[in-house]
Amino acid sequence: MSGYVLHRLVVAIPSLLIASFIVFALPRLIPGDVVQLMLEEQASGSNLDDLRATLGLDRPIATQYVEWLGRVVRGDLGESLWTKRPVLGELARRLPVSLELGLLAVCFSVAIALPVGILAAVRQDTVADYIARSAAILGLSVPGYWVATLVIVLPAIWWGWSPAPGFVDFRANPWGHLAQFVLPALILGVASAAALMRMTRAMLLEVLRQDYVRTAWSKGLRERAVVLRHGMANAIIPVVTILGLHVAQLFGGTVIFETIFGLPGMGLFLFDAISQRDYPVIQGANLLIVAVVVATNLLVDLLYAVIDPRIRS
Amino acid sequence: MRASAAAVWRFCRRKPLGAAGGLIVVGLVALALFGDRIAPYDYDETIAGARMRPPSARFWMGTDNLGRDVWTRVVFGARVSMTVGFGAVLLGTALATLIGVTSGYFAGGYDTVVQRVVDAWQAFPFLIIVLSLMAVLGPGRLNVILALGVAGAAGASRVIRSATVAVIGSAYVEGARALGCGHLRILARHVLPNVAAPIIILATIGLGSAILAESALSFLGFGVPPPYPSWGGMLSGSGRSYMYQAPWMALWPGLAISLAVYGFNMLGDALRDVLDPRLRGTTGGPIR
Repeated sequence: MSGYVLHRLVVAIPSLLIASFIVFALPRLIPGDVVQLMLEEQASGSNLDDLRATLGLDRPIATQYVEWLGRVVRGDLGESLWTKRPVLGELARRLPVSLELGLLAVCFSVAIALPVGILAAVRQDTVADYIARSAAILGLSVPGYWVATLVIVLPAIWWGWSPAPGFVDFRANPWGHLAQFVLPALILGVASAAALMRMTRAMLLEVLRQDYVRTAWSKGLRERAVVLRHGMANAIIPVVTILGLHVAQLFGGTVIFETIFGLPGMGLFLFDAISQRDYPVIQGANLLIVAVVVATNLLVDLLYAVIDPRIRS
Repeated sequence: MRASAAAVWRFCRRKPLGAAGGLIVVGLVALALFGDRIAPYDYDETIAGARMRPPSARFWMGTDNLGRDVWTRVVFGARVSMTVGFGAVLLGTALATLIGVTSGYFAGGYDTVVQRVVDAWQAFPFLIIVLSLMAVLGPGRLNVILALGVAGAAGASRVIRSATVAVIGSAYVEGARALGCGHLRILARHVLPNVAAPIIILATIGLGSAILAESALSFLGFGVPPPYPSWGGMLSGSGRSYMYQAPWMALWPGLAISLAVYGFNMLGDALRDVLDPRLRGTTGGPIR
């Protein structure tokens, strides 16, 4: 078990390093010069060469990268070009909001996808299965931001109801705080539930055809025991894989949903930074998100070992 | 010609939903190609005295806050969705094929290095990396294609790589090698034709994802700049505050996106079942 964990950790390191290089290289991809762009955006009159020397842009790219990485490891992500505040502090303040939104969305997603997926597989080719599958394909096709727009616009027209403006702090009003996340998390969760449900159904159908499932039936076990203990226990691994991948994609969703619902998380922060071309913030946010995604993948790998005794040995 | 017509007919009989998806796709391509003949007005034409009119016989999807015909803008929006969708998928598939086939074929150290880079690339959430690329590249249709194509290539290259690994283990590749064929010949004549099925499926399903992603980019204001209409853009920007009085402004573009993505998803699903059942469950994730 410890060997397995160690191997996973070692494999994660090169991807993190390469990802950090991609983040480092991002602002340097622009045709032309980042310095010209910064000066143009900031409209300050200082000398181009001076700024280049201060930023270390006149040195070889490898040196620049190592120095940059050294600062990042020490927790120095630079400061925002606009607010001049340290990027790390700003990100740390906003990350909990995005994590809350993401976690709630995952909960909704699993709570919808697993029961519906199991039902669709067990009652294959019945009306319930047909409805579940059609709904899943619909869920994959309808853009979440459109649903969010309709959810905000239509109730306002019909009943004069609209979500309260402004962010509610947890300490001020715990219930109000949670309530403001429910709607965006539900829409975000439904989107990922569609793919998760399809996977659950497909994997369970495959497992239910196995010999050991027939044995379980012939032993006279009840349906619940056959489907959950013998079926789902073996079908869950690919489902967990998809769930792990979705955690990464949910971060993409937070950009849209935090913007629509005005939640002051990382997504909204990144959106503003991209609008203003605030490169230190874009780099910092990308790094943090990648770190969270790699950590999630590690967690999923460890979860495999817990779920599946075959991996442990 | 007769044989391919028969194959299409068989596909329609076996997969009616997939055929419906194909019909939607054909319809959208027609809208994009003949948009200026189908649309009754020009895309940025302001019709005097017709601000925020509800759907009627004359404006059957209504008009927007600037007095422009919504149906006309939906028609021209199909152009953005189709050009960006096909462009991004063409670029992404070409990149993914190049990476996946060479990585699977040459194996060894090259494969290890390439796969670690793909790992790293996949650690970025799709929309996050696309948005970050757009911040660097700046708005515009070509840049959207570039960003979506590059961002989408990593995931697809994985599937193509594993298909390649399966193919090069087969006897005919070994035979070609024994006959003294060079790498290029083996890749072009033996490997590529045999990994074509997963590539076609990935591309079809990728089209749905690319259209969804383009609309999300335009919705956030990083896609094709106004006044040219894109479906995502029509749902955002200055129009948002008018949707309370003119909800049809919010309705039609969203329906158009959903229909387009639904069409490509259904077609891709059906193609996958027919061409390569092993790929079941690989339909794209949520990009929203």
